[in-house]
Amino acid sequence: MTSAEGTAGRDPSPWLSPAAWRTGLRDRPLVPLILLLFGLVVALQLVQPGIINQGWLSSTIRFAVPLAILAAAQTLAMLTGGIDLSVAIVASATAYVLATVAPQQGPAVAILVALAVAGLAGLVNGIGVGVFRVHPLIMTLGMSLVVLGLLTVYQRIVVASGNNVPDEIAWLGGGTSLGFFPNSLLLFVPLAALVLLGLRRSGFGRLLYAVGDNEIAARLSGVRVWQVLVVLYVIAGLLAGIAGMIYAGLTNTASAGLVDRFLLPSVAAAVIGGTSIFGGRGGYSGSIVGALILTVLTTLLSVLQMPEPVRQILFGAIILAVAAAYTRLTEQS
Amino acid sequence: MTAAAPAAGRMSGRGSAAASAARALRRDSWTVALIVLLVALLILTKFISPRYGASDLGFLAIGALPVALAAVGQAIAVISGGIDLSIGSVMALTSVTAASLMRNGTEESAVVVVIGVLLMGSVVGTVNGILIVWSRVPDIIVTLAMSFVWAGAALLVMGTPGGAAADWLKDLISGSIGSEWLPKALVVLAVMVGLVWLPLRRSRLGLSIYAVGSDRLAAYRSGVDVSRTKVAAYAFTGLFAAMGGLALTMSTGIGSPVPGPYLLLSVATIVLGGVSLAGGRGGMVGPIVAVFILALVRTDLTFMGVDPNFTTVIQGAIMVIVVMVGAFLTLRRRQA
Repeated sequence: MTSAEGTAGRDPSPWLSPAAWRTGLRDRPLVPLILLLFGLVVALQLVQPGIINQGWLSSTIRFAVPLAILAAAQTLAMLTGGIDLSVAIVASATAYVLATVAPQQGPAVAILVALAVAGLAGLVNGIGVGVFRVHPLIMTLGMSLVVLGLLTVYQRIVVASGNNVPDEIAWLGGGTSLGFFPNSLLLFVPLAALVLLGLRRSGFGRLLYAVGDNEIAARLSGVRVWQVLVVLYVIAGLLAGIAGMIYAGLTNTASAGLVDRFLLPSVAAAVIGGTSIFGGRGGYSGSIVGALILTVLTTLLSVLQMPEPVRQILFGAIILAVAAAYTRLTEQS
Repeated sequence: MTAAAPAAGRMSGRGSAAASAARALRRDSWTVALIVLLVALLILTKFISPRYGASDLGFLAIGALPVALAAVGQAIAVISGGIDLSIGSVMALTSVTAASLMRNGTEESAVVVVIGVLLMGSVVGTVNGILIVWSRVPDIIVTLAMSFVWAGAALLVMGTPGGAAADWLKDLISGSIGSEWLPKALVVLAVMVGLVWLPLRRSRLGLSIYAVGSDRLAAYRSGVDVSRTKVAAYAFTGLFAAMGGLALTMSTGIGSPVPGPYLLLSVATIVLGGVSLAGGRGGMVGPIVAVFILALVRTDLTFMGVDPNFTTVIQGAIMVIVVMVGAFLTLRRRQA
């Protein structure tokens, strides 16, 4: 599903000149990303021959799916020129609420309650950013403090009632069918299709680009920017909540710090995928490839058996290198 | 507090003293409001806990010192039109480096360590700045990626919290000087900010930093070397991050390779302190006062017996509400 977009579109003439090459790459920015992904997979195979098999593919996808969903929330926010730094804590909170409500109320109620929490956090973000014009960085940063504090208080209250990830969620997040097919794809494929189509074809998708490209022009053209932003952050909150539930299923645990370490990768996946942090440019397909690249990269670094510090350093350096190369390739000169 | 006079007197010289004071008051109304809020909070603290005394004030200042230095560093990056998401990692890196070098060193060799670590911070900041300018990738992305790199480097220096700090360094910030109501940590903060930021602000480079942050293109067309200014701004951010890292080592006596909450706190306090995230506007008094306000709120809530976790909720809410009010006031002023 990721490469479908790379081959669609206008017919280029990439063999003419470096400028034409550059235009070609700008028109289909997914091509170099997919090449990079394949390069990483080849490197992985060279480092540890035989690692590339069905089981590896299945586990890579299972780990990439929740990151890609988090990256979806981040991509949508970044398209409007914002950023959502509360996705990680909202995801953790959703997972925790799910795991604590489920034992008494059953999984269906728990999922609804958990998603309501995620949507509410997004709504507050959206009202802050859209109505009160607080900078998204500050709003979502403040929101993550608020949610973290509330979650810790809530943890104290429900400590006795136990927490348990429902089997259904564990099946969805970590389970496989037929021995290799990751169940999370059943949720992710429709979700990703919805986001991709929504951005391309729906009026709301176009409004996101319009607001991110030039908010004043959008407002003067009659767009109610605040409504767009409120809806956007609610969607981002819900996406974060879904990602949190998948993580809970994948790891079969729920804690306040569950998704913490994926906050920066979620931003990185969107950025590597070519979404501009200033808004108005980018799309979700790049973010999906970005999430895959980061997941394979993590595997590669751990297969190389490097100590954790070196792994971190290389992770940062490679993200920066990809972003820099990408900027230079696609930059209008 | 310490930088109030130059900030207010920046453009005086025209009109009578009273008129210029009124102008300064209007221009720095946000900072003045923050100072009033801080004083009100101090009175409230004394009211809630009548035994709150000089030593408590000392602890408050020691706790606030690393945050305040981080805020000053972050403010420089933000005023130049960027943001430094790696500031927490750089503080961890400099803190563990200082702690590990001082483990087996003498009291005298610690002087060299301090100078070396400050230099290290500037170099780290310069690297951030050069990468931003060279790669043409937005500041927020570069420093985000570099936050992994510097955090990894901190872990390489020391895998677990440890090391030591020279005794004179620890003495430098504990206790008080002169009056018992003047904590040494506050003096150290004033000296560090006064020695670096005030001359910088009045220099050509300082003006360039404000100009680039305010309008990059206009600054470029006015003959400002934008790239060099950005790199210099990040070098100073790194320097203050190193001071913050040293302050961490000084106050705890060890170094920890895990970045603390200083990135969030630094961004939150500079915004509370009136530094515009869009760049080009703000000073250092506001952010430093904001650091003390947040620290005092935490103290007061603890005195009142509020669940410490709920304190986090309140801090987050305060941050958001204050910024909302600020945005609202700005809107009103523009319409009026």
